[in-house]
Amino acid sequence: MQNYSFDDTHIIDMPLEKVLTTDNLQVFYGDNHAMHDATLEFPRYRITALIGASGSGKSTYLRCLNRMNDRIATVKGKIMYRDTDINSQNINVYEVRKHISMVFQRPNPFAKSIRENITFALKRNGIKDKNELNKRVEESLKAAALWDEVKDELDKSALALSGGQAQRLCIARCVAMKPDILLLDEPASALDPISTAKIEETLQQLRKNYSIIIVTHNMQQASRIADYTAFFHMGHVLEFDETEKLFTNPQIKATEDYISGNFG
Amino acid sequence: MDEIKKDLQNPSKATHQDYFGRTITYICIAFVGLLVISILYFITTRGIATFTTNHVSLWKFLSGTNWNPGLLDKHGNPQIGALPMIVTSFSVTILAAVVATPFALGVALFMTEIAPEKGTKILQPVIELLVGIPSVVYGFIGLSVIVPLIRHTFGGTGFGILAGTLVLFVMVLPTITSLSVDSIKAVPMFYRSASLALGATRWQTIYKVVLRAATPGILTAVIFGMSRAFGEALAVQMVIGNAVLMPHGLLTPSSTLTSQLTTGIGNTTMGTLPNNALWSLALILLLMSLVFNILVRFIGKKGSLKK
Repeated sequence: MQNYSFDDTHIIDMPLEKVLTTDNLQVFYGDNHAMHDATLEFPRYRITALIGASGSGKSTYLRCLNRMNDRIATVKGKIMYRDTDINSQNINVYEVRKHISMVFQRPNPFAKSIRENITFALKRNGIKDKNELNKRVEESLKAAALWDEVKDELDKSALALSGGQAQRLCIARCVAMKPDILLLDEPASALDPISTAKIEETLQQLRKNYSIIIVTHNMQQASRIADYTAFFHMGHVLEFDETEKLFTNPQIKATEDYISGNFG
Repeated sequence: MDEIKKDLQNPSKATHQDYFGRTITYICIAFVGLLVISILYFITTRGIATFTTNHVSLWKFLSGTNWNPGLLDKHGNPQIGALPMIVTSFSVTILAAVVATPFALGVALFMTEIAPEKGTKILQPVIELLVGIPSVVYGFIGLSVIVPLIRHTFGGTGFGILAGTLVLFVMVLPTITSLSVDSIKAVPMFYRSASLALGATRWQTIYKVVLRAATPGILTAVIFGMSRAFGEALAVQMVIGNAVLMPHGLLTPSSTLTSQLTTGIGNTTMGTLPNNALWSLALILLLMSLVFNILVRFIGKKGSLKK
């Protein structure tokens, strides 16, 4: 593989209102330095895509943002959210994850009914009123564009859903908690193109009320849905810009090679 | 806005539950750990007393063939040679494993590869039933069926290593079978598909692919079976003959470590040499089960697929 300089970076300052920023974020798996100095600012009510080859550290980075790496890796640096460094020791991680929610690569609905999949977290957070629960179920399923497909079978097992439906249920499950930020780790990579299109449509809808950070392998997907895009390479963030600029006029050689397919 | 910021920085009900749950698990772990340590300490101190308090040499204990802890020989030394029991214990264990493994593998393959439906419907309950039968029942069947059968066929008393082996064979069969079934079932389906798609026959697939991939699990199963056989006391005691003599073949009465423990422990006084000698036998058993455990871990580590 061609060697690209890690000093050569192009990272813009976020002109919009910021919802989350990371300052010099570093990740270590034991002695392995997996993420170097990731300093990024994420806009509110926009979609930001993280792109890069496998092993570039984008998923690792994403998992830091709601402390999912706690037991796996050592994370140094600052993650600022609501003027609080949520990467510090004394932070209540359970509260963090209520507000910064995550959807995973493989659809992972619980072996419960569709309704219970959504009410699970709500009930654990003290919402007991039936009407309120039903309202949240409907709202979140509508937000995830799944309501019309499942409204008559809410009490059927979620495991009977197709991959795309299951993934949208997982998004609805997060949305029901009314988080600030949705983190998505390659949410469409296990799905067929039609399901992928639906997920993308859903994300476009959700963008109005949520700040979304999405890891994706699929560059077309990033260019279709994201407002901002960050390019990761071997544990470094090399470029961060408006999606259109990054794809049409990349400032860094590595980004250019990656998006044009000349990488490696 | 400020509400959320405050929530982020302060412990909630969830964090308290977390601490509570963690404390409970630590207490349980500490209790179990203490239990294990005290058992080890107790058996070790008792078992070593033979050599420290009664000044019997370790070598004589391991290599001597006369076991008569209550009496002294003509030189005035206590007669505690444990070799006959060690030999017998190992013989019945290894023979039982050697006889049981092919049968167990056959049954396991039938249950997983050849007729999975019948296997889980009929054989699974049968095997679970075999595990559940109390060892005294096995011993009793051995005593009333196997021992007379051997007596009529080969002569002699019928008691001995052969009878012990046959009883243990039935007892370890379900252990080895069910663990082998688990490890064969754990072989991913795509191994079989890949092999069949290359034109291999079903038997070639089972023998060369499935069994190879399941080997560490099967070895673990055999060792678990052996450690069960090694530690089994009651059933063996009923058919082995309980004479502490060096076995001269499969048909002469003998005694295993465990059977000697069960017969002897009630007839000795705490703190005396005969009692201490029995504790030394228990120590050997403990060390052997430790060895079996280490073997299982070693095989598990060596055998697991390297990334």
